[in-house]
Amino acid sequence: MALSHTPYDEMHASDGVRAHYRAFADWLKKAPPERLQRKRDEADTLFHRVGITFAVYGEAAGTERLIPFDIVPRIIPADEWQQLAAGLKQRVRALNAFTKDIYHDQEILRAGKVPKEEVLNNAQYRPEMQGIKVPNDIYAHIAGIDVVRAGKGEFYVLEDNLRVPSGVSYMIEDRKMMMRLFPELFARHSVAPVEHYPDLLLDNLRSVAPSGVNDPVVVVLTPGAYNSAYFEHAFLAQQMGVELVEGADLFVKDDSVYMRTTRGPQRVDVIYRRIDDDFLDPLAFRADSMLGVPGLLAAYRAGRVTVANAIGTGVADDKSIYPYVPDMIRFYLGEEPLLNNVPTYILRRKEDLAYTLAHLAELVVKEVHGAGGYGMLIGPAASKEELSAFRERILAAPQKYIAQPTLSLSACPTFVASGLAPRHIDLRPFVLSGRDIKLVPGGLTRVALREGSLVVNSSQGGGTKDTWVLER
Amino acid sequence: MLSSTADKLFWMARYTERAENLARMLDVNYRMSLFPQGPQGLTQGWNALLAISDLLGEFRKRHAETTPEDALAFFAFDHSNPSSIVSCWRAVRENARAVRGAITAEAWETVNSTWLELRNMEANITGGGEIGNFFEWVKYRSHLMRGVLRSTMLRDEAHHFIWLGTYLERADNTARILDVKYHTLLPRGENVGGAADYYQWSALLNSVAAFEIYRKVYRDVITPRRVAELLILRDDMPRSLNHCIRQTYFHLQAVRNHHSAETERRTGEFEASLHFGRIEDIFEVGLHEYLMRFLERVNDLGERVAQDFLVWVPN
Repeated sequence: MALSHTPYDEMHASDGVRAHYRAFADWLKKAPPERLQRKRDEADTLFHRVGITFAVYGEAAGTERLIPFDIVPRIIPADEWQQLAAGLKQRVRALNAFTKDIYHDQEILRAGKVPKEEVLNNAQYRPEMQGIKVPNDIYAHIAGIDVVRAGKGEFYVLEDNLRVPSGVSYMIEDRKMMMRLFPELFARHSVAPVEHYPDLLLDNLRSVAPSGVNDPVVVVLTPGAYNSAYFEHAFLAQQMGVELVEGADLFVKDDSVYMRTTRGPQRVDVIYRRIDDDFLDPLAFRADSMLGVPGLLAAYRAGRVTVANAIGTGVADDKSIYPYVPDMIRFYLGEEPLLNNVPTYILRRKEDLAYTLAHLAELVVKEVHGAGGYGMLIGPAASKEELSAFRERILAAPQKYIAQPTLSLSACPTFVASGLAPRHIDLRPFVLSGRDIKLVPGGLTRVALREGSLVVNSSQGGGTKDTWVLER
Repeated sequence: MLSSTADKLFWMARYTERAENLARMLDVNYRMSLFPQGPQGLTQGWNALLAISDLLGEFRKRHAETTPEDALAFFAFDHSNPSSIVSCWRAVRENARAVRGAITAEAWETVNSTWLELRNMEANITGGGEIGNFFEWVKYRSHLMRGVLRSTMLRDEAHHFIWLGTYLERADNTARILDVKYHTLLPRGENVGGAADYYQWSALLNSVAAFEIYRKVYRDVITPRRVAELLILRDDMPRSLNHCIRQTYFHLQAVRNHHSAETERRTGEFEASLHFGRIEDIFEVGLHEYLMRFLERVNDLGERVAQDFLVWVPN
């Protein structure tokens, strides 16, 4: 594995520009800098006007920020994408099989491939889901798998997001923006389209409706306009042509879910929820939830409504379960994993803990249940004080952490204040599972805008790039 | 359509209309205050405007006396005044943002860019000269908004709830403008013909974009009675009470559901009373009394629309 030496540059090899970037590099060289600057300003204005913003938790209420958009695309050649796509499908198939298994026969636990207590004592494990049959045995209908590249053809999965992965709206808006700013580039490249994602999503959601429903009614359930990803919820509902609802718009009667409309109650068959399990149903989970729908779990258990993603998928994307995914692939599919897992130290294990404490300055330490880049330590970038403070936190509750070697994330040229410079990137492709398994080519490329930074999360100052999968 | 969506569309439209009419009233008041008159007359005009907007109490909490500067700032940019122009547009944007899937992208972008520009202007407006341009701008953003909605929205329920909100709000606002102006003007108004009166009356007509219309319709001097007739009974005058209630009735029929029959009946009756109404009868009751009764009925309709469609009671 490539450990922190010079990062792989997506565009430049030691002997010049990589083949799949040549046409772009050519164009870039000829583009007048003033024009590029003007276009970058135009992108900012347009994103503001369209209101493609996100709210940042912990900042003054109503603060909306733009996610910085970079005009240099991240380009993936066709063969690399095929390899990646096959690996992603394989992984999501195994994760769905795992989720089904742990809520039914628990074969993988009995076979000792995954420790029983890691699953059953996991806070994300939902005993309410035991024995519940879900349509097509699909739990993670929408999966966002975070992938990084360390070298040529060498992809690592950083984490699986199987609850309510977000970012797909930026994938589509970034493409629209690039086409608007630089239409000539699309004449020179055959870039695989991504804008039909909402169609695939709708089709996917309809394919998992409760059996016997002919023309299923799908809704998107949002926590509301102050949620950080509200733009995306509204965007997807609009693009699919379905209602965007909040908990108060829905009610349950005789184990069926209805929405309140100007013409009376209307039955709902599939809920694409963008609310965490905890808040879905105050009668079943957190009683103080104002966002959920009382009685939803009962309707779900009765098989009268499909909830996507299913309740209880959180256990499968938990960082404490992540190390076992390669074994899941072997166990359920009888295949060797096509994508790498990052070697992971599980700090509840004594020997892993000892190793981690001895090598803290080289490792990345993450909270098992953390998300969004909050509460993590990047050893090589941390000061002495930060290291010793984090050491205390680990010792206080080692079971809350995992550690991984610092991957050398690949870098892609990016416009920054000083001009064009390499910045680290990752990739979140979105995998849809229903009747079959599909994904649009590419995904969301996030870029860490600070020099040397490995943190790409938008809440931590990350930006995005358009992602091009070349068709030839 | 979701009741909550209909509710937000309805209020998005109402606040857009309210901001516009507020700008119209403020503009007229501001212009009138430029004509020679004693300081008392100046204060009176602003107090009347505060009273008709039900805001005199709120204003007094902030200012012991009424000055044109304070009144303008309070009506235009005071975030703590829920009826200020800036508060209205904040509400427009919040409602629109919550239902951006139910309006077209162009409509949403119009709302959003108006809000962003408004925040920008707010920070940059300093002197009195610019305030007139600001009111003008508010009016035109409202025109733009209606134009975008008219020419991009599907004629579905969303469309009808938007226009239901627009016309109910406009009916309310026109009635209030007429009432306040009529009564500040009337003491001198019966004695028509003087230059000052001419400007005052023409300013009132201008505030509801009715000056040229008056000229076209009556081809004669401006008299209070005709002004009232134009703004109440003319069904071809787009801001008249008759026109507003007729449109309300039309959009209400389009969204009819199984418990809206009584609301529809009352609106139809209301519309008929305006359609067949005579200005003589109105003046016999007294214009102020008539307008107060009118506002009550508009209010009743608003509440009934909310009950029938927007606030949903399981049955």
